[in-house]
Amino acid sequence: MAYMISILPALLAGTKMTLGVFALTLIGSIPLGMVLSVGLIHRDQPGEFWLKKWAFKVLKAIIEAYVWLFRGTPLLLQLIFVFYGLPLIGVVFDRFNAAIFAFVLNYAAYFAEIYRGGFGAVATGQFEAATVLNLTRWQTLRYVVIPQVLKIVLPSMGNEVINLVKDSSLVYVIGLGDLLRAGNIATARDVTLLPLVLVGVIYLLMTLVLTFLQRRIEKSFAYFK
Amino acid sequence: MLELVDITKIYNDTTILNNLSLTIEDQKTLAIVGPSGAGKTTLLRIIAGLTAADGGTFLWNGQATTPAKLRKEGVIGVVFQGFELFPNLTVLRNITLAPTLQGQAVAQAEAKAQALLAQLDLSDQAQAYPDALSGGQKQRVAIARALALNPQILLYDEPTSALDPNLRQSVANLINSVKAQGMTQVVVTHDMAFAQSVADTTFTVAKFGGDAQ
Repeated sequence: MAYMISILPALLAGTKMTLGVFALTLIGSIPLGMVLSVGLIHRDQPGEFWLKKWAFKVLKAIIEAYVWLFRGTPLLLQLIFVFYGLPLIGVVFDRFNAAIFAFVLNYAAYFAEIYRGGFGAVATGQFEAATVLNLTRWQTLRYVVIPQVLKIVLPSMGNEVINLVKDSSLVYVIGLGDLLRAGNIATARDVTLLPLVLVGVIYLLMTLVLTFLQRRIEKSFAYFK
Repeated sequence: MLELVDITKIYNDTTILNNLSLTIEDQKTLAIVGPSGAGKTTLLRIIAGLTAADGGTFLWNGQATTPAKLRKEGVIGVVFQGFELFPNLTVLRNITLAPTLQGQAVAQAEAKAQALLAQLDLSDQAQAYPDALSGGQKQRVAIARALALNPQILLYDEPTSALDPNLRQSVANLINSVKAQGMTQVVVTHDMAFAQSVADTTFTVAKFGGDAQ
């Protein structure tokens, strides 16, 4: 017990890093994913100017390539590229910012795809009803479509958010001290698995809180079907 | 008065509507009837500006126009077959959303919505969500939502098909009561008896074009 208390400050310092990566990634990637998904679902409107159609086509192709790149390669590799690769072309991040940059880009790609599926599940008739009521595209999204999309995507989002807690342990590769790394150091130093057991318990507590929050949020959307 | 002149619609090399001409007269109810697949709903969607025609002209009180323009000017209201209420908004908010977003004061929009709900016997459902309503109630909310924007022409797509058959008469009464307030209406239906119970004029869309009767 005394041993566990003695390693706790180190583990809690690691937990702080884990939570920092977690929170900043969500703050960046949830809205970015939404913006990207609006590009992914774009369809030409009849009578649009050709240049506008063409611009949206190019934009959509770029977003698709981006999603493919970030879902198609390991996050670990992306972290290494951002921290060690980008300085070669003059883009230098410190360790923490490099981690956030890579995580936000990676998770936004997944969120964009989840939202895209959510948009696809909203009936075409809802868009048409908004059109005949003369709502603008933005008003249609804001008041009619996005609330419905959020309800549809909540379970999938919950999965990704819990994955993110565990994925955050990958920041060790660029030398950041997260929870798992703190446990590893103590295990190697003291030749006991106990720190890693404690690490597991802390991860479980974090995901327990998130699962609880997810249920609460799902309930707050239960007022409509 | 809205006139459609020589409207043509082609889908994948198949002509759905061929030089169709039709006049929608003020304060009358026009029923568009015809067999399944003849293009009745396509015609309604063209008038609503949801589907573009491949040829033809539109005259609104004698002036050339387009359905998209009419929609933007708030001339056309639509009651969809599946009603398409917004499930995330209360009945009241479904009705006030568009007027308030278009600049009407909330109090004014709500007063008008409450008046429409009272008229349609739905006052007690103002705070309900669409999911809690019966089919007939949803349809009345859809009508209230369209009327809240003061359209000059109200279009109905198959107003009886999503409802219990014994509600047919009450839908007919409803459409007739909206007409009594001076609304111009277009009702697309496959049900001839229903068409006769609401229409001043019936227009039959046959395969390839149509004839007024």
